[in-house]
Amino acid sequence: MSLLQTFRVALRALLRNKLRSFLTALGIVIGVGAVIAMVAIGEGAKARVEAAFASMGSNLLVVMSGSTHSGGSFGGFGSMPTLTWDDLAAIRSEVPSVRAAAAALQTSAPIASEDQNWTTTVVGTSPDYFIARNWTVELGQNITDSDVETGNKVAVLGTTVVTQLFGRSADPVGHVVRIKGTPFVVVGVMAAKGQSPMGQDYDDTVLIPQTTFQAKIRGGLQKFVAGAIFVSAHSQEQAARAQSQVSNLLRERHHIGPDQEDDFSLRSLSEMAAAQQEGTKTLTTLLASIAAVSLLVGGIGIMNIMLVSVTERTREIGLRMAIGAKPRNILAQFLVESLVLSIAGGIAGVALGLFTARDLAARFDWPLLVRPDIIFIAVGFSGAVGVVFGLYPARKASQLDPIDALRYE
Amino acid sequence: MAEPSTLIDLSGITKVYRMGDVEVHALAHVNLSIAPGEFVAIMGSSGSGKSTLMNVLGCLDRPTTGSYHLAGRDVARLDRDDLAQIRNRTIGFVFQSFNLLTRTSALENVELPLLYAGVGTRERHRRAAAALARVGLSQRAHHHPNQMSGGQQQRVAIARAIVGEPALILADEPTGNLDSVTSIEIMALFQELNRAGMTIVVVTHEEDIAEYTSRVVSMRDGRILHDRRRTPVAAELPAREAS
Repeated sequence: MSLLQTFRVALRALLRNKLRSFLTALGIVIGVGAVIAMVAIGEGAKARVEAAFASMGSNLLVVMSGSTHSGGSFGGFGSMPTLTWDDLAAIRSEVPSVRAAAAALQTSAPIASEDQNWTTTVVGTSPDYFIARNWTVELGQNITDSDVETGNKVAVLGTTVVTQLFGRSADPVGHVVRIKGTPFVVVGVMAAKGQSPMGQDYDDTVLIPQTTFQAKIRGGLQKFVAGAIFVSAHSQEQAARAQSQVSNLLRERHHIGPDQEDDFSLRSLSEMAAAQQEGTKTLTTLLASIAAVSLLVGGIGIMNIMLVSVTERTREIGLRMAIGAKPRNILAQFLVESLVLSIAGGIAGVALGLFTARDLAARFDWPLLVRPDIIFIAVGFSGAVGVVFGLYPARKASQLDPIDALRYE
Repeated sequence: MAEPSTLIDLSGITKVYRMGDVEVHALAHVNLSIAPGEFVAIMGSSGSGKSTLMNVLGCLDRPTTGSYHLAGRDVARLDRDDLAQIRNRTIGFVFQSFNLLTRTSALENVELPLLYAGVGTRERHRRAAAALARVGLSQRAHHHPNQMSGGQQQRVAIARAIVGEPALILADEPTGNLDSVTSIEIMALFQELNRAGMTIVVVTHEEDIAEYTSRVVSMRDGRILHDRRRTPVAAELPAREAS
């Protein structure tokens, strides 16, 4: 019997039980659809993270104070002040590959206009911060070096803060806001930056001079930088050199011997981007694995139905054998049946997965990224599922004894 | 294949089943030969060994000892695939419960043996239609079994048995599920096929069905009790036609 005839016989058997065939294939449809949609979601998330880091600039370094180790518990970087304002000054003046370096003293604080209030991230810093982070002021002007020197009570607002306090796209320049009760004059509004790769809103922030921050918002040891230092290199190519130069400078200044560990942490943004990408990759793998499990369950569904089908059609198998079907004809018939189910399910699943991915991409405003290789892998895998899970029932059918099979009630 | 003087030649056939520790002799030294063109009834009560003999004759089962030549071929030497081919080419089966595929038209049911013989689609249709015409069911070619009476279903099954022009038709209680009028119709059809030269072996436990054949082999306890040749009673209906 030719393959085409085997295929026709199998198709006819499947069409004899349309609802059952449909439900069996549905397991594979959902499995393949889930794999395609999940991988597309993961790829979309990855692309977004990449875009977010690209907008932050890959030549950025972040220096933080060291950590406390007490009784074996790690206090986290920045928990023990080690970076001094002199260190910052030295980074700015002594490292040639550094374009700008600025401290960022951060805290969460209430901020109020005349009739609205909001809680936001207040950052005490210097004009260099805007250079280092590649941020620009859209309205009004920036904090100046003289603001920092004299500790002026001036503030640059992020757009989210403006929206909350003054209304959407209002011009607050010249108005007074109160941060932790202290009045500040709004001198500027930053250009909108969107979200960080971690989902934090960059525009929900207020920048004030670091000296004012220390005096009015949060005190502390005046000698140390109670926050992070943002350093930017002149170019991306120089970022690695800047990293080692800053590291050497700080080790020297802190008198750290060659065998001792750093008392500060220095990370480049590209490292963080890589870590973050690793994270999304893990997430994608996880999502795809869960989806693959549903594909496996679909395969078991096929096996289950094929076993039921073999039992139900025992007499048919006996008859076919009696009138001349060879064991391999019976094997082929049932194998092709499960293969047709799984591949049809796989193709429908690709359609479902693409549709779902498109829908999700539109809903979350993600780029739609469907890897073509995943489509082939998914359909190929569903075919493999059909063979693997169809083989046992098909073998069982082909090894029936025709006499017993004919007598089966 | 040359035309042999005997179609079936069984000699010294025994069949032993093991059921736990007990050995059951389903067939005990059976010798039987059937010439081409004969119409034979194998009779016996249940447990007489007639079903086992039928399975051996139909190449569905192999004897424990003894030799079986069917159309000149030694069946004992054949493997599963060869046996499948013999059943496909040399034997046509008719069963008590018809064994038609459900939700499949009469024509497609009849085509089934040709499918496994590798006959092309057009030739298959042609031969299946011819076989259906021979059993008087041309009008019902596209009906499904559940749309037909028992007698019509058995006719479809007979068409399926003869479509491959086999040397031997083996019918296992072909009238067991039919009423007496329909049984006579079916036996009349067998007589007609036999007159056209077909060798037919019917297994039955009903005396009046055996009447329509020309040779009755009676079995008991796995042995042949009598083997009598007789003039068959013509299978004719009392008055009306009811197909």
